[in-house]
Formats: sequence, structure tokens, C-alpha cells
Amino acid sequence: MDRRVTWLPFGLSRYSGKQVVGGGLIVIVLALLPYLDSNSSHISAVADAGYILLLAFGLNIIVGYTGLLALGFAAFFAIGAYTYAFVASPQFGLHWSFWIMLVVSAAVAAAFGVILGAPTLRLRGDYLAIVTLGFGEIVPQLFQNLDKWTGGPDGIAAVDQPTLFGYNFGFNPTPYYYLYFVVICICLLLLTNLRYSRLGRTWMAIREDELAAEHMGINTTTAKLLAFSMGAAFAGIAGVIYAAKLSTISPSGFDFNMSIMILAAIVLGGMGNLSGVLLGGGIIAMLNFLILPQASNWAHALGTKLNVAFLMSVDLTQYRFMLYGIILVLVMLFRPEGLLPSATVRAELHDAGKTPEAA
Amino acid sequence: MFELHNCAPQFVQQLINGVALGGLYALIALGYTMVYGIIELINFAHGDVYTLGSFISLSILGLIPLASISNPTVLALIAVAVIILAALLCGIVGVLIERLAYRRLRNAPRLAPLITAIGVSLILENIMQIWKGNSEVSFPQFLPDNWHQIGSVRFDDRSLLVVVVSVVCMILLNLFVFRTKLGKAMRATAQDRDAAQLMGINVNSTIAWTFFIGSALAGVAGFISGMYYGTTFFLNGYQAGLKAFTAAVLGGIGNITGAMLGGFVIGIVETMTSGCISDQWSEVAVFAILILTLVFRPSGLLGQQLPEKV
Repeated sequence: MDRRVTWLPFGLSRYSGKQVVGGGLIVIVLALLPYLDSNSSHISAVADAGYILLLAFGLNIIVGYTGLLALGFAAFFAIGAYTYAFVASPQFGLHWSFWIMLVVSAAVAAAFGVILGAPTLRLRGDYLAIVTLGFGEIVPQLFQNLDKWTGGPDGIAAVDQPTLFGYNFGFNPTPYYYLYFVVICICLLLLTNLRYSRLGRTWMAIREDELAAEHMGINTTTAKLLAFSMGAAFAGIAGVIYAAKLSTISPSGFDFNMSIMILAAIVLGGMGNLSGVLLGGGIIAMLNFLILPQASNWAHALGTKLNVAFLMSVDLTQYRFMLYGIILVLVMLFRPEGLLPSATVRAELHDAGKTPEAA
Repeated sequence: MFELHNCAPQFVQQLINGVALGGLYALIALGYTMVYGIIELINFAHGDVYTLGSFISLSILGLIPLASISNPTVLALIAVAVIILAALLCGIVGVLIERLAYRRLRNAPRLAPLITAIGVSLILENIMQIWKGNSEVSFPQFLPDNWHQIGSVRFDDRSLLVVVVSVVCMILLNLFVFRTKLGKAMRATAQDRDAAQLMGINVNSTIAWTFFIGSALAGVAGFISGMYYGTTFFLNGYQAGLKAFTAAVLGGIGNITGAMLGGFVIGIVETMTSGCISDQWSEVAVFAILILTLVFRPSGLLGQQLPEKV
């Protein structure tokens, strides 16, 4: 079973039989999920995992593949969401098509990726982290302050919901679930191929040793810019679907916490490895949307039974960032390659302890 | 939305407010710059150690029956004692953070400790949230507060306190770093860790001391921010930390004098933006400075251009 399935199209032939069968089973179960679980709040939570995953894919290109630490990634998510909301809401009286905007917003976010990246990518790793963090702070602030156009802190309401062949998605989570499902499947195929393409290998060469990569004749600036813009494009797509599903957006949804949540997802799962990113994104999303709200309810029930006031009123979702913080620290200290690492990253991180000065 | 007020009449007033705020940022910036200088780590948790300083001060003050004391000398002594205690406790927290979260990763790729630093920051914020709750906590204003007027400019003892305490701390720090043996060890470790070790310097303890001093200064800043603003909040350290980091970058990261200069510049820019445009643009202005400095002069105002280590 460990042999590769050479007859599969779209680059899936890179995977072994086991992986293809396992992945296929997961895809089938997920495709049938709305029929297996009729609770629409569950479906909504699983659908929301979609934008976490898309953001994690994008950040993984920048941090996992290319090794650039970008901390303000939510800014691109915000740009995607606002781009759609501007042209598909009563805000300016425009109602452009969701499907076209899916592509346009991705392009707009990618353009901002280039605008941010072009002057900053020559900075060293941690300076880059700070510049992107500053960018991530400024973008939601601008959306908040430019209230003539953006609706200020209240944001934009009544964002158009998508329509497909005359069917309006409305507030029913199931169509959004399938939309995310299809988009994520397409992205996965794209990313699998990208990872092994010339560009993907270039990115990894830069991650391993930028100086050496440059000396091998790689144009590192172009490759890094491409990583930035492609990563941003994923965030742009996520932003459009997010805005459409929620039908309202405000600047507070795109703050530093969002960037951290995505970073925690890819760190936990395993930077640079797609299955790791899927796992990490899935875990973080489920914690965020299903497990913590559910655990709060259990705590309330337990508190009522035991008559403990603290448990009766505790809101565990408030403390989710404690959990993300613990995840970041523990994973980095004890399993820096994440739960499902790529072989290269694992070798690199475990080798590093032996060299005295890995600057 | 974006209109310039005529801010000339209050120019000097804003300048004075800016200096007070800048003193605060400078104190926090020192911790960032010292730690970065010695282990090239952006200690994300530093801003939260600053908030922790104000929370610790608040708890100590809660133990003292302040209302029954009216003698100003005794009150001033209490203030000094609280500052020292807060500094000590924050220093210890800083050392613990270094020991538990950063030391193991000293030779790992640079991203690793940066990510744990973010994690530690989140953990500290949540501990403080559980400790004092989700809303702003008021800070007892126990020192007598007099307003002084020079011409049309007014300032009170609180601003004076911030400026005096921060300047005193900076002078002490400068004496420490440039006149003592441990200070010399720090500078040597910052220059070349391996060579310092070969010269018989205990690198681990030197780094621990750096964290202790940086965090102690953040603790002092925590106390005086409580006195200055009259409130504290578990998330304060995030924004204040970013602004102080901007100050450190602007001054030239790793450079102690630069951090002080940067702190005052950022403080003045922030109050000027608030005064001349509006409050909501001050953050944008500060972060724009951060990005512009890093893009056009990454070595900062006083830093030297260092070649990247390979």
C-alpha cells in the first residue's frame, strides 16, 4: 500500500495508497456531514472552520514554506472581506457578483501583499515580523477610522449573500459549508502541486538558507514576493466567504488575535506540511467554535449541580487565548515541528540544537 | 474624520504631556532593547510584564490602609517601597520567563523563541484577566496632586512623577551598564556570546540579569502608569508594548540611549497627533513610524548598521 498511486491526476500521484484512501475517506465523510448531523449550529461551526483553514493555508505559504514570519496576517483577511463588502452591500449601493468578487478580492489582497512585501522583504526575520505586525494593526485601525466609507467601528451590514443558479444562500449554514468544502478541495490540489513545483522548491530553499539560495541563482526577492502575494490571496478568498456568510463585518473581527489564532493553528499542526496545517487548523477551529462553547455549557451544568457560582457563570471561550498561548509555548519547546511535520522541517529543527550558533 | 485643528496654542502643553508619556514608553523600551541586544529576541511578553507591574502595585497598595495615612512623607515612602517591590517581583517573573520559555530555544531557529514569546504574552494576559477581570481597574491616587502653572502651560505632580522616576531609572541604568562589572559582562555578551564565555563570563546568569533588569524597569513603569492614568487594564501591555518596541526600533534596537530618545519621540508624536488631528489617529501614526523606520533606516536613529550574521 505504500507505493505511490501513479495513475491519479492533478499531482495526487505523489501520495501513497494509504494516504489517498485515508484522505478520500475523510473527504467523503465531510461531504456527507450535513446529512449525518442535522444540528445547523454544528454545521455552521464546521463551516467556519473553512476560513480558518484557508487562512492557515495562506500563512503556511509565507511562514511554513518560505520561512518568513508574518504576524499581521489578519490584515489581508480584512482587506478581502472589506473589498467584497464595499461592492456588495447597501454601503455604496453596489451589488456585484459574489463569484467574481471571490477572484477580484483575492487579487486585491495579493496586490496588498506585494505593496507590503516590496519594501519590507529585505528585512531580517524578526524585523519583518514586526513590520507585518504594524501593518496588521494599521489596517483594521484604518477601516475603523475612515468611517465615511467603512462605517467606522460598526462596520458594514447587510453584505450580499451569494446566489448560485437562482438559489440564494441566505443564512442557512449548509450551502456555505459546501462552498468552503469545494474551495478548500480546489486549494488543496493547487497547494499540493505548488509545493513540489519549481516555485515551491524555491521557497523551501529560501527557508533553509536564504544566502545559499541566492548564490544558487534564485531570485529571492521575486520568490518571497510571490509567497507573500499568494498567501495574501488565500486570506482574500477567506475574507469574501466570511463576509458573505456573516453578512456583516466590523474591524474588530480582524485584530491581532485572529492572526495569532492562525499562527497557533499552523504551529500546532506542523509548519510547511499540508496535512499538518489541515490538522492544526481543524483542531483550533473546533476548539474555538465547538468545544469551548460546549465546555462552557458543561461547566454551567456542573456548577448548577454542585452549586459552585464560578462554574455556573464561567465563559471558557474568554480564555481561549490562554489555551493558544500554552499551545504555542509547549509545541515550540517540546515538539517544534508540530503534530504532523514535514520530514525536512523535522530534520532541520532537531539538527539545530547541535549547532552552537544558528542565527 | 481627518481634519487638522489649530494646535499651536496648546503646542507646549502637548509637548509636556508627550514628554510624560514618552518617559513611560522609554522605561518599557529599555527592556526590549536590552533583551534584543543580548539574545536578539523580541520579547513579546515584555509589554505584559509592564501591565503585571501595575497589577502587582495595585495588590500591594490594597494591603495598606491608605485612607488613614495623611502624612505626605509617609505616603511618598510607601510609593517608593511599592515601586521597589513591584520592580523586584516583575524582575523575578522576567527571569522565570527566560528560564522556562526562552533558554531551551537559544540555539533554535530564530522563529521558535519569537513564537514562544507570543505564547507567553497570551498566557500572562489571560492570567491577569482572571486575576482582575475584564474591565478597567481603578488605581488608588494616594499621592497629593498639585497643579503647577507656568505661563499658559499646566502640569501636575503626576506628570512630574513620571518624568522624574523615568529619568532617574535611566541614569541608574546607564551607570550600571557602563560602570559595573556585570554591565560590562552584558555588553560583552551582547557583542559576542561565545567570546564572552571564553573570557570566563557566565553567559546564562548574565542573560538572566538582563531579563531581571529589563523586567524590573517594566515593573516601575507599571506602577507609574497606574499613578499617571489612574486606571489599569489587563490588555494595556499589548498596545503599550508595541509602542515601546517602536520606540526601541526608532532609537536603534540594542542601543540604550536610543531607546530613551525613541521613547520620548514616540510619546510626543502620540500626544501631538491626538492634539492636532484626533485620538483615533495616534496609533496609526505610531505604527506608521515603526514601518517607515524599519523600511528606510532599520538601524534606527542612533544604531549602527550591523552586517547580518551568517
